[in-house]
Amino acid sequence: MSVCVDPPWQKRHHCRPFSQGRVWVFMKILVAVKRVLDANVKVRVKADGSGMELANAKMAMNPFCEIAVEQAVRMKEAGQAGEIIAVSIGPQACQEQLRTALALGCDRGILVTAEGEIAPLQVAKMLRELVEREDAGLVILGKQSIDSDNNQVGQMLAALAGMGQGTFACKAELADGRILVTREIDGGEQTVSLKLPAVITTDLRLNEPRYASLPNIMKAKRKPIEQLTPADLNVDTDSNLKTLRVSPPAERAAGVVVESVEDLVGKLRNEARVI
Amino acid sequence: MSILVVAEHDNHELRPATLNAVSCAREIASHLENSAIHLLVTGHDCATVADAGAAIAGIGKVIQADAAFLGRQLPEDMAPLLRELAGNYSHVLAPASTTGKNFMPRLAALLDVTQISDISAVESADTFVRPIYAGNALATVQSSDPVKVITVRATAFDAGETGSDRAPITSFEFSIEQDLSRFVSENLSVSERPELTSASVVISGGRGMQNGENFVLLEKIADKLNAAVGASRAAVDAGFAPNDMQVGQTGKIVAPDLYIAVGISGAIQHLAGMKDSKVIVAINKDAEAPIFQVADFGLVADLFKALPELEQAL
Ligand SMILES: Cc1cc2nc3c(=O)[nH]c(=O)nc-3n(C[C@H](O)[C@H](O)[C@H](O)COP(=O)(O)OP(=O)(O)OC[C@H]3O[C@@H](n4cnc5c(N)ncnc54)[C@H](O)[C@@H]3O)c2cc1C
Repeated sequence: MSVCVDPPWQKRHHCRPFSQGRVWVFMKILVAVKRVLDANVKVRVKADGSGMELANAKMAMNPFCEIAVEQAVRMKEAGQAGEIIAVSIGPQACQEQLRTALALGCDRGILVTAEGEIAPLQVAKMLRELVEREDAGLVILGKQSIDSDNNQVGQMLAALAGMGQGTFACKAELADGRILVTREIDGGEQTVSLKLPAVITTDLRLNEPRYASLPNIMKAKRKPIEQLTPADLNVDTDSNLKTLRVSPPAERAAGVVVESVEDLVGKLRNEARVI
Repeated sequence: MSILVVAEHDNHELRPATLNAVSCAREIASHLENSAIHLLVTGHDCATVADAGAAIAGIGKVIQADAAFLGRQLPEDMAPLLRELAGNYSHVLAPASTTGKNFMPRLAALLDVTQISDISAVESADTFVRPIYAGNALATVQSSDPVKVITVRATAFDAGETGSDRAPITSFEFSIEQDLSRFVSENLSVSERPELTSASVVISGGRGMQNGENFVLLEKIADKLNAAVGASRAAVDAGFAPNDMQVGQTGKIVAPDLYIAVGISGAIQHLAGMKDSKVIVAINKDAEAPIFQVADFGLVADLFKALPELEQAL
């Protein structure tokens, strides 16, 4: 792919195909980052069934969002993007995850402050508004967050913004003013070509995220984070889906340790009758 | 109002997960009055799939949308197509496969409704149970949307039966011109073995397998048990196995009669994909490995010794 270095005064932030199939380098990438319970923490359901026991638990950036940030940073390093904007929607504490994103190479942050659980449709509506305001050429999100396991926001955003979607991506590259996305599907892999601007959701094998260096962590402290509310984006955060209760899953009965392969095969044949 | 189930298929064969989604639809219908279940088959040259769908017990009508551009079921085509139909239905269901997960949220957004992901139980026509936090909790959720857009966890519902009665097949014409997305290529794994998500026996290998060649040890046993072969994420990341073999929170969900985990430690993300299996066997040399906490039968042994012995004994 050849890259056209466009003079900044032309203010063409969009990534638009050039007549010879070239791409503007001032494309803005929007990445969404969610604050979730750290993947290594074991979590319990609250005794009253109202949710999870999260008080004082270690929180982190959703692992799939880390991959989204990494993808955006690599594209910028490759001269394919001009600016990366990280967006998080949630409580003030999401500043931590935005600072991490900034330390990893994002240029600025936007925090939309909202308390409680915000449903995917509402998140997608807010992102749609931001995509429009920022005139983003590409949006990269994680395929799912490891808390609510919904796997919805990217697809919903693509629908609302009228963009193509490359979900569960394990490879993404710009080509001739479009983006080629290889997707992990149940039967193997599928590659689609998307018109830009587009939405990509990341799978685990898209890349291996870097760690932030100390100097970059220091630098990130000076990068701007804009604060907005859902009302600023004209989005009502009420959802038509209510969580009535949360309960622990059924426990499995304790098993037995077998002494030998022979013992195992005997038990599978005669006790469990599964072979 | 009726329920629409979107069939999962490859233009030739109906995928088994469709039958589980139909069972889920029947459960929902049992909470409604006079609710019919329709099956939508979108694809290209997919008449054999529509025929197979017409024989599923409980299906009142099959709607076939057959066109060259629908052959890959791109979400940019599927969602607008489904939006045209959705107004006639109280519920739209699809298996929570990578295909369903791709177009269903897009449909929901076009309809301005929520999507209910990966449900594992039906409490009423508007209340469902779904796993969250890698299956460490079950959320009971209630939707007040006019159309409920739902993806179904296939392993949580019995496979619907097929009978000798045939539902009528009608065709649905739909056209759209979009250049948002184009299909480029596909690279599918070919295997003679049963499909991972519907096999009655699954044997999976983890990092303990050490390399891809050693997966032969699992395959030999799979041959004897007519089993599918799966893998942990660590095994997939290390290149021992392709990604479509990954079992877990972010891979495939399986619930076979027998699951054999070999050289897998039992991280919660792996357990999320297999802990609803009927019988779990763990083979691991570390007696402290968390996989033993969910195993019905645990064998503390070196897998390189145990697997050849197991193959012999079967
Ligand atoms: C966001 C996210 C999503 C994830 N999604 C998934 C997912 O979908 N699926 C998944 O599986 N993981 C997933 N993981 C990864 C998960 O956390 C674990 O890292 C992974 O499951 C570990 O794989 P493993 O058990 O093969 O490897 P290890 O944890 O390294 O375990 C290897 C085991 O092999 C045993 N062993 C070694 N040699 C032998 C021998 N010779 N004989 C017998 N036993 C031996 C060891 O005792 C050890 O218990 C995810 C992680 C994150 C953060």
